[in-house]
Amino acid sequence: MMDSHPKPPRTPSSSRPPPGPHSGPPSVLPRGPLLPRGQGTVIVTGACGRLGKRLVRALHRERRVIGIDRRPFPDKPKDVIHEQLDIRRKKLKDVFRGERIEAVVHLGVMHDPRASAAEHHSWNVAGFQKLLEYAAHYGVPKLVVLSSANVYGPQPDNAQFLREEAPLLGGARFSEIRDLIEVDMLAQGFYWKHPDTETVILRPVHILGGVHNAASNFLRLPTIPTLLGFDPMIQLVHESDVVRAMHCALAPGKRGIYNIGGPEPLPLSHIVKILGKPSLPVPYTLGKAVLKRLWSFRLTTFPAPELDHIRFVCMVDDSRAREELDYAPACSIEQTVRSVDVDV
Amino acid sequence: MSETTRSLVRLGGRLRSVAPFARRLLDGATSGIDDWMTEKLGEEFNARLSRVPLNLTPTGVDPFGLDPQWTKYALAAVAFLHRHYFRTEVFGAEHVPKGRALLVANHSGQVPIDGALIGAALFMDVEPPRFMRAMVEKWTQTLPFVSLLFSRVGQVVGVPENAQRLLESEEALLVFPEGARGISKPFEKRYQLCDFGLGFMRLALETNTPIVPVSVIGGEEQYISVGNFDALAKMLRMPSFPILPQLLLPFGALPLPTRYRITFGEPMRFEGDPDDDDAVIEEKVYVVKATVQAMVNRGLKARKSVFF
Repeated sequence: MMDSHPKPPRTPSSSRPPPGPHSGPPSVLPRGPLLPRGQGTVIVTGACGRLGKRLVRALHRERRVIGIDRRPFPDKPKDVIHEQLDIRRKKLKDVFRGERIEAVVHLGVMHDPRASAAEHHSWNVAGFQKLLEYAAHYGVPKLVVLSSANVYGPQPDNAQFLREEAPLLGGARFSEIRDLIEVDMLAQGFYWKHPDTETVILRPVHILGGVHNAASNFLRLPTIPTLLGFDPMIQLVHESDVVRAMHCALAPGKRGIYNIGGPEPLPLSHIVKILGKPSLPVPYTLGKAVLKRLWSFRLTTFPAPELDHIRFVCMVDDSRAREELDYAPACSIEQTVRSVDVDV
Repeated sequence: MSETTRSLVRLGGRLRSVAPFARRLLDGATSGIDDWMTEKLGEEFNARLSRVPLNLTPTGVDPFGLDPQWTKYALAAVAFLHRHYFRTEVFGAEHVPKGRALLVANHSGQVPIDGALIGAALFMDVEPPRFMRAMVEKWTQTLPFVSLLFSRVGQVVGVPENAQRLLESEEALLVFPEGARGISKPFEKRYQLCDFGLGFMRLALETNTPIVPVSVIGGEEQYISVGNFDALAKMLRMPSFPILPQLLLPFGALPLPTRYRITFGEPMRFEGDPDDDDAVIEEKVYVVKATVQAMVNRGLKARKSVFF
């Protein structure tokens, strides 16, 4: 379809999911000039998030970028096309139908723990399924999905460095993360069902920087609460290094699941020391009870099960990404930690 | 949200004002301990510390969370027991290889003092000095302070991936293949090794690690167990509940000051497929078990007194 010498698919095409409302071969054949691999149009979902904006800025000088997000994109680069739409809408198909898409980067995962479970699930799972359906139907040769190392979950019996084969147990103690695991699993299913598409799943550790995720928000607190008697080793990665990893993953020929670790791991107490903030050790049972109460009064953005992240280890072995993707973090651990207060 | 933020700021301010006092107190305490350490363990202790091969990250801990500062104080406490309480004699220290090594020892003594003393021997008597790594139960990770201490002194969670990674980074790893059965032997079964698990042999084959057999003598007499309360142990979900009459004596909770004798045997190398059948692995494990048992028997024969 896209390649001049298409490889025979390893699975029979009859086992593929029905390709949307139009069945049969793609109704629209590639239009426009044929660009060499690695230079064609990229779709970035969730382009208006902090990470999405960074990725779009990193890519738009090299290749055509279409950003998809239902939020507005006020200061977008001129040559970037912004489709302001919900990925669950039928309109998404027009983006794929309109031109030859070479790669899809999926960042549009909803993390808001306050959103209702139904909305969360429908956005993350149903929306992603739609995206996968179109990617399969239009034979997109590259799919990059940003998952997270949190899918492994912090557990007392975790190996110090989890490999990509480790079971995804993040949902065992923290149910809100289950649809992220489902997204990861869907992408893995897609990897096997559509061997013509190079699927890359990235599982970065806690991303720090200007992003508004739980880890960055936690380290932005004026006094950092810790758990009395616990000081787990933690891995952190700067958002620009995650963008770098995604850039590596977009290179032709790369496929598979990759953990993305940042610079060296360090104990939570060293992170607090680098930030120069006071910390407040709280016994676990008290901390959990207080956090539950605060959560129910909407006084905090941290759900109580997230306390496990400052209690147990959840670290990854990223040697596969370093060898196969040629990825290496550029930010030092100090830069990475300080970025939460600097890059806002 | 702003309410909590404001109270956190206030709290932070108060903590800052307390911090200098706490720091001065801590500094005083650590310098006192340092003086005591030099007095009891000799200048040599600090010199040895600087010769331990470590693989530290720029923030001063190793990837498993070992912090040399913490390990120093933990080792000082154990080294004191090693030198002055149990007056350990160490034989065959030259047999410990410089790189990766899997130490396989007999387990004894109701409380794992044997592990700590092997660790002290590796640091005090082996050249170059090593920090011993061992594996701990998974549930210890849920205990506050315990999990922190274990991680800072280099004890890792007992999963095969961790063991493999430690050996690949050329560490010395201690295992007790007898497991919990070995430590709670009653007195009439002293120095009779229980069945060995097979995991350590698969690990050695997979990582091509020499196995150093280690015999520990003196542990079985520190707490004399006359039997096991099996029903009570089951009820309390403990591996065993030994009956120790000495606990009734004054200071009976302290182990008896027996003299420990730790012998490192010549390294044994094995070859083969780590995924072989249990029967094939068992044969190799049996060779190691027989070696350790023979070393124990020899040591017992040579011993003149339990206490001296």
